[in-house]
Parts: sequence; structure tokens; C-alpha cells
Amino acid sequence: MTTDLLVFLTKLISGANARWLACAPERRQRIYFANHTSHLDALVLWAVLPNEVRAVTRPVGARDYWNAGKLRRYIADQIFHAILIERKKPTVRDNPISQILAAMGQDKSIIIFPEGSRQTGDEPAPFKSGLYHLAEKCPEVELVPVLMDNLNRILPKGEVLAVPLIANVTFGAPMKLLPGESKGAFLERARAEVLRLRTA
Amino acid sequence: MKLKLDNETYWLVGGVLALLVIATVIGQWLRRCVKSEGGQKAIANLNARTKAWWFMVAIFTLAMVTGGVGSVILFGLTSFLALREFITLTPTRLGDHRTLFWVFFLITPLQYYLVASNWYGLFVILIPVYAFLFVPLRSAVTGDCERFLERAAKIQWGLMICVYCVSHAPALLFLNIPDYEGENGKLLFYFVCIVQISDVLQYIWGKTLGRHKIAPNVSPNKTWEGFLGGVTSATLIGAGLWWATPFTPLQSGGMSLAITLMGFAGGLVMSAIKRDRGVKDYGTLIEGHGGVMDRIDSICFAAPVFYHLTRHYFTT
Repeated sequence: MTTDLLVFLTKLISGANARWLACAPERRQRIYFANHTSHLDALVLWAVLPNEVRAVTRPVGARDYWNAGKLRRYIADQIFHAILIERKKPTVRDNPISQILAAMGQDKSIIIFPEGSRQTGDEPAPFKSGLYHLAEKCPEVELVPVLMDNLNRILPKGEVLAVPLIANVTFGAPMKLLPGESKGAFLERARAEVLRLRTA
Repeated sequence: MKLKLDNETYWLVGGVLALLVIATVIGQWLRRCVKSEGGQKAIANLNARTKAWWFMVAIFTLAMVTGGVGSVILFGLTSFLALREFITLTPTRLGDHRTLFWVFFLITPLQYYLVASNWYGLFVILIPVYAFLFVPLRSAVTGDCERFLERAAKIQWGLMICVYCVSHAPALLFLNIPDYEGENGKLLFYFVCIVQISDVLQYIWGKTLGRHKIAPNVSPNKTWEGFLGGVTSATLIGAGLWWATPFTPLQSGGMSLAITLMGFAGGLVMSAIKRDRGVKDYGTLIEGHGGVMDRIDSICFAAPVFYHLTRHYFTT
């Protein structure tokens, strides 16, 4: 009920429009990775998924952000079922990758933003290595590049007031880690796949 | 503000409903007859458009029977959605963020408040004067000077086209026309009918007889045959609807001619902007038509001209 309302409001306010260019929205296990410019990114990406896909998809968020304040914690726990990870000081006991893997299990999908934090420039920052480790640990899971467009104009970093423009969410072709591909090459390829969707 | 619902109103609404029924029947008949793939696609688009027309007519009629306020709110929301499509397509920078916030949430509602409160003096200058001064000022305060004039001009242009121009349509409800008190709902209905019928007729004439393109670089669908056929037939229909207006048949024909010419101009200019931005439609909100802006481009240009012609020659 709250979820439906939040999904409806998000779609209404962001006018979000999903384009699936190279794969259909299916229930299979996937890792959606996207560029990150706005607090609304996770919410919008999650909201534009079809209901049955959304039900098995959990966003990965920073614990320091989502645990600050009651409302955020409520949204993260009760609505998003977000996987909250430590991004500042990961330790062996507090390891984001193993937490994510445990939460994914055999059939859950996730949404991650491999840049680590929101960017203000025109180009996405280099991807952090988490995406590579996930790709290595779960070779069967499809990695779907997603371009979040216009979110930085709706609610840019550092602003609290949203402007009601129309967001575009573009889903690209699923990719996998190639045999023998190095970490750097893979992360650069993944980033390029997101960027390529700008002109697709 | 009170609007009378007289027999003439029922005739107008009934006439539009009859047109929609005819269009729906023809669309279904064509769907069965046409076999070629390209033809099927065109018919599917035609039927999607007709279906969307049913919704738009229903919403518009509902808004009208609530009296003035419903129509003001409906046109206000339309402006809001159109401006949203327009600014989405227009590159602005981070330095314009706060400016845009005020544009959407203060200036746009304020303009429609002025319509509803019938404050003509401020209604005609709020956006051309005060918003015009406010927009560059608010962006300048943030200190981002890159492409400054261009950004300010684009935001101002969006406001003028999507909000200022469109707001002249519901403002028709508040004109004081002798021997026409409480009947202005019909004038608004007449105006919207002529604009939209002219669009539809230009489309039909163009699809059937169109050969010579008017401006192939701007809008490949606009032909001289479509333009002349559409303008002539819409003007004749407008003359024939004089009984719903404060005009004589001849005056009504003249008004309709002005409306259709301005509507054509609106379609052409808004197409030029789409070509510049490299898109086919402003949005995807109305199935078959594209965005809100694609549907109201002709209203944008026609509304202020029709409003001022009526105000100048027919009000006290």
C-alpha cells in the first residue's frame, strides 16, 4: 500500500519513463548498475521496474546516509528493503561484498551505483571495484547497465527543492565478466556501457 | 463566476461527441479494410489519437461544466505539464535550478490565479515584465555565467509559450461581452474546437491530397494542400458555429480564420524547436499524439490573438 503510493508519486513527480533497449524487464536475477547524480536515483530506478520485478529487487545504499533520520530509515527498511553497506571503512567483519551476496541469495536482484557517491560533473566518475567483485562471485547473474538521465536537473546534489522535469531511465544490454578480463578493463567497459546509452 | 448551460452548449458538446463517434466508427472500419503494414501502422496511430480525443473531450467538458474554476485549473495543469516537457528538452545548468523552482511553483500558479481573479492589469504583464526581470536575476545570483543569456532566454521563452500564451484561453471566460453574460463557456469551447478541428482537418487534407511541402526542413507533414484545405474548411465550420458566439456569421468566419492561421503558425514554430533539439515529439503522455506540448502548440499561438481580438472589438 505505502509501496504502491510511493511508486505512484515517484512516477508522477519524476515523470519517469523507462526504455528497455536490449533486454526485457524479467524476473531473473540481475545486477542493475547505474550512474549516480541525485538522491532520487535509487527511488526512480526502483519505481520504474514492473511490479513483479520490483518485488525481488533491492537497492544497495550507504548506511551512513540511510540510517540518518527516522524517515530515511523507514523508507530504507520498510519500503525499499535496501541493503545498507559501510562505504567509509569496510573491514573483514563489515564487508559490503559478502553482505550483498548474502542478501542476493539465489534469486534476488540488486540496484547499485558503482561510482560510490553522487557526482556533479557531466561525466560519471570511475567505477569502484565492488561491481567487479560481484561479477566475479556470481558469473551467472546478468549485469544490466542503466543510464539515469535528467535526475541531476530534477534534484541535483546540494539542493533540497526538486524541479518537476521528466526523468529518463534507459536499460542497456546485459553484460558479464569476460574470461581473463582484468579488473580495470572490466570496470572501464561497464562505465562505457552506461555512457553509451546517452546516444542510444 | 457562473456559467449558464443552455441549449447551445448542449449542441456544441453533442456535435463534438457525434464527430468522435463518426471518427471511431471510421477508424474501426479502416482497421478491417487496410491490409498493408504501413497502412495498418497509420490506422493504429489514428485510432490511438481518436481514443485520446475521447479522454481530452471528456476532461475538457467536465472542467467546463464546473464553471470557470475547473477550466482555469485544467489549463493551469496543462501549462505546468507543457512547461515541464519544454524545459526537459531545453538544456539549463545547475545555476538555473532555483530559478526553475520558482518558475514552476510560483510564477505558473500565480499567472492562473490572476486569470481566476480577473486581474487583467497584472495578468498581461506578470510574465512579460516581472518574470522577465526575475529569471535572469535569480540565475545571476548563483554566479554561473556560462551561456547566461541563452539560458535566461530559453526559460523566459518556455514561460511565455507554455504559461502566458495558454493562460489566455481560460481568460476568455472572464471577458465582459454585452448580451453574452454567463455564456463565455461556449466561447472557450468554440475556440478550442476551431483550433483542434483545424489541426485535424489539416492532417486529413494533408494525408489525402498533400503534395507540395511548405517547409520540408521544419515539418515534413505540412503541405500547401493540407494548409489551404484545413484553413478553409475550419473557417467555414467556424462561420457555421456563429450561433454559439457573440459574433455574426461573417465575424465568426473571420475569427476562425485568425485562429486557424495562428494555430498553423504555432505548429510550425514548435516543430522548428523539436527539429533543433532532434526529437519527434515533446513527450509521451498522450498516446498517439506525443506530449502535451504537441497537442497544444496551436493553442499557444492562437489564444492570445483570439483573446485580444474579442476583447478589443466585443467587450465594453
